[in-house]
Amino acid sequence: MIGLSHYLIVSALIFSIGLMGVLRRRNLLMLFFATEVMLNAVNIAFAAISHYYNDLTGQMFAFFIIAIAASEVAVGLGLLIVLYKKYGSLDLDDLASMKG
Amino acid sequence: MYEAVAFYLFSVLTIGLFLITVMSKNVLYAMTSLAAGMVLISGFFFILGADFLGVVQLIVYVGAIMALYSFAMMFFDATRDIKEKNTSNALVFVLGGLSALVLVLIFAAPIHSEAIQALYPMHEGVGNAQDVGIVLFTKYLVPFEVAAVMLLVAMISGIILAGKKMDLSLTEDMSADDEILTQKDEK
Repeated sequence: MIGLSHYLIVSALIFSIGLMGVLRRRNLLMLFFATEVMLNAVNIAFAAISHYYNDLTGQMFAFFIIAIAASEVAVGLGLLIVLYKKYGSLDLDDLASMKG
Repeated sequence: MYEAVAFYLFSVLTIGLFLITVMSKNVLYAMTSLAAGMVLISGFFFILGADFLGVVQLIVYVGAIMALYSFAMMFFDATRDIKEKNTSNALVFVLGGLSALVLVLIFAAPIHSEAIQALYPMHEGVGNAQDVGIVLFTKYLVPFEVAAVMLLVAMISGIILAGKKMDLSLTEDMSADDEILTQKDEK
């Protein structure tokens, strides 16, 4: 039968996929996609713990994570548009202005 | 039985779709697979009995956030392939695998599960949406209002950041616009 650890392992796998994306992406828009993947993985873990411990707190925190993700996307895309207007590119290697 | 079949199907599909999101060079493919993976994650929520959370996931993530991303994709003219300089792929895979191992160890570590008591237990015979509403508007009222203010601030900042000079084209330079204007004049 499917237990709590099954869900937690799937959540950990998806989280590490997102982390791998954050580490290897150079385009800012693709970096945003990878952070969304990580947020969704955490939501799965919260919902699973909420189900198996018969507690509603996990679902509450998942709601707040969704609200934070929505506002993050709104502000982040606005900043991306400003960056694109200024530099004409979204590549992190082009945007690096401090060379040591 | 059905739960197990649905769980394995959803998990395999979700992991595959998110791998496409992370690995693909095309923004359109990455965004589409991200949207499909989010639909399947709401399937996880429905299996887990969190009906309201699943519906919110569908509306907010698949509806609102993916629409924002597709608008951004059109702004940035990202239909062509992205050239990325991936310096060390092996290092990234090693780091990702190590962090996955650490996460699995953390989750598999013995926890005092007997010591955990349900703070706000679910009620039998009451729908999930009703339960969520009661807890959200009594115990979590202040965080709920703070989240509402945060969304308002995010909306205003998004409008102010993106709204400047929106009459100018982002991707084409001004000479192209002038050419179009002169072509119109010639006609």
